[in-house]
Amino acid sequence: MDLSVKRESLEAMRVFDLAKMPLRDLNSALHAIAPGTNDTRFEVVNPRGSHAVAVGIDQPVTVEVRGSVGYYCAGMNDGGTVTVHGSAGPGVAENMMSGTVVIEGDASQYAGATGRGGLLVIKGNAASRCGISMKGIDIVVQGNIGHMSAFMGQSGHLVVLGNAGDALGDSLYEAKLFVRGEVKSLGADCIQKELRPEHIEKLADLLEKAGITDVRPQEFKRYGSARTLYNFNIDNADAY
Amino acid sequence: MCGIVGLFLKDKSLEPQLGAMLSDMLVIMTDRGPDSAGIAIYGAPSDGRAKITVQSADPKQDFAGLEALLKPVDSSVAVALKSTHAVIETSAAKASAVRDLLAQERGGIRVMGSGDSVEIYKEVGLPKEVVSRFGIRQMGGTHGIGHTRMATESAVTTLGAHPFSTGADQCLVHNGSLSNHNNLRRELVREGMTFETQNDSEVAAAYLTAEMAKGKDLGQALTSALDDLDGFFTFVVGTKSGFGVVRDPIACKPAVMAETDQYIAFGSEYRALVNLPGIENARVWEPEPATVYFWDHEKAA
Repeated sequence: MDLSVKRESLEAMRVFDLAKMPLRDLNSALHAIAPGTNDTRFEVVNPRGSHAVAVGIDQPVTVEVRGSVGYYCAGMNDGGTVTVHGSAGPGVAENMMSGTVVIEGDASQYAGATGRGGLLVIKGNAASRCGISMKGIDIVVQGNIGHMSAFMGQSGHLVVLGNAGDALGDSLYEAKLFVRGEVKSLGADCIQKELRPEHIEKLADLLEKAGITDVRPQEFKRYGSARTLYNFNIDNADAY
Repeated sequence: MCGIVGLFLKDKSLEPQLGAMLSDMLVIMTDRGPDSAGIAIYGAPSDGRAKITVQSADPKQDFAGLEALLKPVDSSVAVALKSTHAVIETSAAKASAVRDLLAQERGGIRVMGSGDSVEIYKEVGLPKEVVSRFGIRQMGGTHGIGHTRMATESAVTTLGAHPFSTGADQCLVHNGSLSNHNNLRRELVREGMTFETQNDSEVAAAYLTAEMAKGKDLGQALTSALDDLDGFFTFVVGTKSGFGVVRDPIACKPAVMAETDQYIAFGSEYRALVNLPGIENARVWEPEPATVYFWDHEKAA
């Protein structure tokens, strides 16, 4: 009988149709996965802009989302691989710990905010505040990013193949920013820095992980903190 | 929060469905604000005729014999009752005389909006209740805007609900909060504008009306708003033939737009747009901060 075949394919890919079942079913199933299970492939259809799709993953699962999502998709991801075959609303991959999140379309504001690890790849554009308060996440944006991106970024890398909006890297700590196109303006305490061999090596690594083969690391400019605002100094009062 | 939606049709064959499409968009946005809801619909204007949408907290009393009361001023007047609202259709020449008589004889009646083509319906309650109470789904039109409110700046009342209309065929919905509205209101009062509420969004609407009265088009008025309004805002604005969108320079209030050959649509979130025809292949984008977008049926024609 081909029942066994059917059962196998069901295990191979569990499909959640959000037009027919509540979001809670999907997220509960993702949270119920025990370590070491084979049940690791998920597909989400008809997301229709839903909020909080595939948040709180803590196992190395693969989630393919067929369509556009709303707020906070793949938030707090810890080890999962989430691909959105569409665009993402505000706060995609917010506070990611580890794993990979790929957005095939555009991302709205504060993509990758406060992320502590993992890789976020946005194939279109990201809006304002991309990577705000990033704390170790790596973000690769193939299009442009909006204003106030990497605000107070503490660590991790933000790689932008297109242009950056106003006030890039305002009040930046030690996040490293790489922009291939134009930067509309730099934020307080953010300066252009030398692109040294170790940065080229890191860029090459991130571009490869993001699947980008037609761009050379040498085409980017590096931006980082001037480190003048780390501690309050009355002489810098105008810069805060 | 607040949820706002807007729809500007390019394809005339969709016009009979405008009310239904806009209602669906607004109802999906309900969880962005449950306090009150409103919709403005622009129908086809007919030459020499004007519409006045009015509201009463006591429609039984205030609307009783309304048509008979107005007939002596304008024999062509027609009153259509819709729950707490009524649409008074008059000859354009007699519209202000009709309004004067209303103010004099029926003090409980408030004007929601007036003009050649706009009808405005707003009430306390959930969007699905508001759209069904006024039969919005059955309405056709060329463009429209809607709002579901989470109140911050003034009381939850019918008059505090959006859209705000402060000039003929003009109306505005707002997600955000203004910080200089009190001062601006004083300045506009000095210029002769009148206000019904303490609401910040009404000030934004009146500001645009005052700017357009100085000869600016909608796009130019929205550009001035970027200089003169302080605070958070995503505005969607309608005029007799136009439709505009602007966000403040910080742009933390969400906005998504979609365009196809058939329409231009606005939603606070993508969810609001998912039922529109051909959305899968629409150009979908997030409007840029401090950037004015506007479209005009007359200029397009």
